[in-house]
Amino acid sequence: MIEVNSISFRYFGNWVLQDISFEVGKGEFIGLIGPNGSGKTTLLKILYRLLIPQEGDVLYEFVPLKKMNRRDIAKKIAVVAQEAYPLFPFRVIEVVLTGRSPYLGHLMFEREGDLEIAKKAMEWTEIRSISERSIDELSGGERKRVFIARALAQEPEVILLDEPTANLDIHHQIEFLDLILSLNRERGLTIIMASHDLNLASEFCDRLILLQKGRIYKMGSPAEVITIT
Amino acid sequence: MKILTLKKVLLISALLGVLLILVVFVSITMGSVRVKPLHSISILFQSLLGLKGAGTETEKAIILSLRFPRALLAGLVGAGLSVSGAVFQALLRNPLADPYILGVSSGAAVGAIVAILMGLSTLSFGLPLASFIGAFLTILVVFYFGRQDGKIHPNTLLLAGVITSSFLSALIMFFISISQKEELRTIIFWLMGDFSFSNYQAVGMIFPYILLAFLVFYFHARQFNLILSGEESALQLGVDVERLKLFSYLFASLITAASVSVCGLIGFVGLIIPHSVRLIFGPDHRLLLPSSALVGASFLIASDTLGRTLLAPVELPVGVITAAFGGPFFIYLLRTRKVVKTL
Repeated sequence: MIEVNSISFRYFGNWVLQDISFEVGKGEFIGLIGPNGSGKTTLLKILYRLLIPQEGDVLYEFVPLKKMNRRDIAKKIAVVAQEAYPLFPFRVIEVVLTGRSPYLGHLMFEREGDLEIAKKAMEWTEIRSISERSIDELSGGERKRVFIARALAQEPEVILLDEPTANLDIHHQIEFLDLILSLNRERGLTIIMASHDLNLASEFCDRLILLQKGRIYKMGSPAEVITIT
Repeated sequence: MKILTLKKVLLISALLGVLLILVVFVSITMGSVRVKPLHSISILFQSLLGLKGAGTETEKAIILSLRFPRALLAGLVGAGLSVSGAVFQALLRNPLADPYILGVSSGAAVGAIVAILMGLSTLSFGLPLASFIGAFLTILVVFYFGRQDGKIHPNTLLLAGVITSSFLSALIMFFISISQKEELRTIIFWLMGDFSFSNYQAVGMIFPYILLAFLVFYFHARQFNLILSGEESALQLGVDVERLKLFSYLFASLITAASVSVCGLIGFVGLIIPHSVRLIFGPDHRLLLPSSALVGASFLIASDTLGRTLLAPVELPVGVITAAFGGPFFIYLLRTRKVVKTL
C-alpha cells in the first residue's frame, strides 16, 4: 500500500537519505532500524510528508503523497512522534478527541459519533479510567498510550511510530509493543516503527529495514537481517 | 464524559456578555461629576433609542460624549489585546508571550512620539494614525527578517521582534531626552496607556480590525488547540501550519497595532487575561477566544473606571491599575491552579 521509489533527501548539505526504495504491504509491521543519525526519523517524516524528498517519490495506494491534501493524509496515516504534548494542560479525552480533527470542518464541535470513536480508542489502549486526568499528570507510559489512542481516533490505515519505546523501562517497552502488536494483528493496522533497539524490533516486527548512513543496508525478515549484522 | 459543546460556549459567552454590560453600566455612572446611577443609564438608553428626555445638556455630554465612548474603546482594546495575547501564546508555544512580544508596541510608540513632537497630536487623527503607521512598519520589518526560505520559525521571528524592539526603544529614549516638558507629559501618559482622548471616531476606527481578526481566529480555533502540541503534531493532524501561522501572526499584530494606536501601551492585559481565562474555563480555544475577549473587555473597562475615579479629579494611567490589580489576582490563580504543564 506504500511504495517508496528511490528517494533521496537532504536538508542543506550532505544527503541524509540516498536512493531508498521499499514497499510496505497492508497489515505489515515494519521496523526501521539503524544507529542514531542513520536517517530513520527523516524517512518517517517523508512518509507523512512533513518533508518532501528532492528526488524520487512516495506513493500511497498508487497516489503520490505530494498530490494528496493534508487532511486526506491525516485520515490515512497517523503519527506518534517523540514527546509532543500540549503547552497547556488538556484532559486525556480532549487530547484523544483531537485525533478526530481531520474529519471535522472549521467551526465544528465533536459529535456523539466522534466521542464514541474516542472512547473505543481509549478502551483498546486501556486508558478509559484516566480519561478525565490532565495530560501532564500522567506517567511516560500512560502518555504514550494517550497518543496511540489519539492516533487510533484518526481511524488511519497506517500508524508511524518514532522511537516509541524511548524513555520507557523494559517492562513498559514490552507492554507497549504488545499493545501495538495487537492493534496490528487484530485490527489490521499497518505499522512502521523507527527504533534503534534491534532486539525489541526483531522480536515484534515482520520485516526489518536496516539503515546505515542514509542507505538501506539490509532488508528482510528479522532472522535474515540479524544474522548479517 | 464531558466534552466542549457549542451550547457550553454560547452559555458561557452569554453570561460573560451580561457581566460586560453590567460593567459598562457601572462605568458610565462613576466619575468625578456625580450623576445618579439609574439616571445615567436612562440617559444612555434614551439616546440609544433616539429619544429625547431625561437629563440636562451637561449630564448628556458627560455620559454620551465622555464616559460611554470611553467605555466602548476600553472594552474593544481589552478584547483585542486579550485575544491577540492568547493567539501569540499558542503560536509561539510560550506562556510568556503577550501582544507586544514582536515589538509592535515599540513601533507604535515611535510613531506616536514623532506625532507628539511634531505637534500632530492636536489633530483628532494625528496620534492614532501615526502610531498605527509606526506599528505597521514594524510588523513589516519583523516579518521580513523573521522569515527564512518562506517559512516562519517562531524563534527566529521572536528574535527579530526583540531586536527590532530594542532598536526602537533606543529611538524612544532619544526622543524623550530631546523633548520639552509639556510634550514629555503627553509622551509618558501615552506610554502608560491613556483613554482620556476617547471618542466615537476611535471606536469606529479599531472596531473593524478587531471584529475581523476575531472572526478569522475563531474560524481556526480548533487548529490553535492542535498547534499547542507543536507544529509537526498539528501538521500530521491535517493543519496547514504555515498558512495558519502567517495570517495569525499578521492579524494578531494588526489588532495589537490598532489597539495601541488609540490609547497607548497598556501592559499586562494581553498576558494575564488569557491565562486567567484558561485557568477558569480550560485551554480549548473554542471557548478561550470568546471568553478572553469578553473578560478582557470587562477587565479593562473596570480598570479604566478605577483609574479615573480613585484619585479624582486626578486621573491615573490605566496601566497602573491593570498591573496593580491584575498582578495579585493572577498570582492568586497561579498558586491555586496549574497554568502550564509541569513536565
